[in-house]
Amino acid sequence: MSPSDQLSISPEASCHPLIDMLNLNRFIFCPGCLIGTVITSITTCLKERGLTSKDYAIVSGIGCTGRSSGCFKAPAFHTTHGRAIPFATGIKLANPKLKVIVLSGDGDLFAIGGNHFIHAARRNVEITVLCVNNNIYGMTGGQVAPTTQIGDITQTTPYGNIEPPFNLVSLAAAAGATYVARWPGYDTLRLQKSIFKCIDNQGFSFIEVLAPCFVQYGSKNKLGDAVGMLEWLKKQIKIKIDWPPHQATLDYKKGTIICGEFVEEEREGYSQKIEQVRNNVQNKKIKIKDNKEEYD
Amino acid sequence: MNDAKIQEKRILSTGNAACAEGAITAGCLYFAGYPITPSSEIAAHMAKRLPQVNGTFVQMEDELASITSCFGASYAGKKAMTATSGPGLSLMAESIGLGVMLEAPAVIITIMRGGPSTGQPTNASQSDVYQTRYASHGDYELIVLAPSTVQEMYDFTIRAFNLSEKYRTPVIVASDGIVGQMMEVVNLHSNIELLERKKPQVPPEEYKPFEAFDDDLVPGMAIAGTNYSFYVTGLTHDMEGNPEMTPEGAEVLIKRLCDKIKKARPQINDWEEKHLDDAEIVILAYGINARGVPEVVKRARQKGLKVGYVRLKTLWPFPDELMERIAKLGASKVIVSEMNNGMIIREVQRFRHLFTVSGITIPTTIPFSPKFMYEKLMKEV
Repeated sequence: MSPSDQLSISPEASCHPLIDMLNLNRFIFCPGCLIGTVITSITTCLKERGLTSKDYAIVSGIGCTGRSSGCFKAPAFHTTHGRAIPFATGIKLANPKLKVIVLSGDGDLFAIGGNHFIHAARRNVEITVLCVNNNIYGMTGGQVAPTTQIGDITQTTPYGNIEPPFNLVSLAAAAGATYVARWPGYDTLRLQKSIFKCIDNQGFSFIEVLAPCFVQYGSKNKLGDAVGMLEWLKKQIKIKIDWPPHQATLDYKKGTIICGEFVEEEREGYSQKIEQVRNNVQNKKIKIKDNKEEYD
Repeated sequence: MNDAKIQEKRILSTGNAACAEGAITAGCLYFAGYPITPSSEIAAHMAKRLPQVNGTFVQMEDELASITSCFGASYAGKKAMTATSGPGLSLMAESIGLGVMLEAPAVIITIMRGGPSTGQPTNASQSDVYQTRYASHGDYELIVLAPSTVQEMYDFTIRAFNLSEKYRTPVIVASDGIVGQMMEVVNLHSNIELLERKKPQVPPEEYKPFEAFDDDLVPGMAIAGTNYSFYVTGLTHDMEGNPEMTPEGAEVLIKRLCDKIKKARPQINDWEEKHLDDAEIVILAYGINARGVPEVVKRARQKGLKVGYVRLKTLWPFPDELMERIAKLGASKVIVSEMNNGMIIREVQRFRHLFTVSGITIPTTIPFSPKFMYEKLMKEV
């Protein structure tokens, strides 16, 4: 019997309005963690759009958020560390009708998987990437991440972090994402509004969700417990719409945390372009210039 | 180019182009790859051909992405392939394990070149035959085919798709820089049987992604975009896909994953053999390096020496039954000939209780000439 089987679902939970779309016995997250609100926000949006499990696929990498794909009653893929975006790209290009959502963490998407992120954004593959940014490697015990702030104490920066963090929204915008937003994980209304836009966007969409880890990050940096950290976060945040992404600062120390929507543009998606090439080739509208049939 | 036209063709082709054409014939509709010598012509040919047949070609940012996206495409219902060489296969290693764990059909072509590291990109080699088998961590079995002609580049690529669909596993075609780049005549057959993966055998509400009902231990495969919901993970899992961390859970899963390949060995393993009935000495070779062996055997037999040969068409799972057959038919010595420092010879040495084993194993980049092999053989007699 696996540990997850032993989790019994309480009678209250079995009345959960999204019970048809969620596997509640696979929620393994710490009480107070915002990964849960992100999962339910995505599910709420899919449900409100009238999408069923045959219309979408969920892909995640490795880590705390990596385990989130198992919570969906849908085609859900828990892949290798950093490779959620290429796996999702394969699904989307093989079946462009599907809405493909990648839900993974900051370490997975921007350290080991950073190269895939920028290239998928550049291609404008029609997938939605939600990054649950907890500023740390949570599942492995709290090591420094590419999103950890300067000076922070982690398991592998016991004297304080000396590396500056990535600004994820600025990175996404520079790489070519056609929708970019950042929201705190507790602000589910704004988050859901953004998720709707991602679902409708015919291009690469990115949402950074702030969900600081109180177990591995907050405790070491004296930022409080689960509720304390959220209250602290709430005080710092300023909401800006159409703010230039490179000015969307995220500095916990100075208390300048800019949230909002930073990019919203229309650019033809990658699978549509592939379809155009196919049509043009098959209708003989384009030919290979040096068309000597070399060996065949 | 329509299908009927392809099927009747007899063409002059490179091994790499024949491989790509084999993939198209097998119904491959997704290719993701990254440039690497000496395999890049496969990607080039797929880039040209796939749009013509409603397929998708992507040049990814690296080999990690290439192989992983193939498994994604596979789970969206398409036959998928990638092609690379040793350094690229090293990068794919982790995700080969993912493919084994998710039981995702896909074909990986590796055109072996000199190694280790960057090695000799424009030269051939057989030094990656262990890599094809053991690249990824953990206990698993993999199917690896070894073509030695351009015709076999075409045929084995088709067979690789069939095996990967049938047994729901990644399959590797291990060729080399010479077979990949040389030109020979190829018959593009018609009437090839193409196999498709097993579909879910129960309705969606009863479906468990890793529940195998049949003796072949292969579960029916649901894909995204259908009424089936499923969770698949690289973690050790139970039949439902739930992460499973008990020792018993590991045993059940790993045994099934290995056994589904091991059980099918009689259907998978294939080789060419000659003069085994009376042979006292058997030369064992594979890939490009087997091309000169028939000539050596012919000359030796003209001299009255009872020499036979076998050429492995499948390297992995290793054909233990062939070793037993060689011994049963009375050979007392097996000489393994390979272009590496001795790899397949170690598998053959497991049968030293049946016959003596010696080898011509040189980490070189050109296949052994019949003259060279004949001289080596004479020293063994």
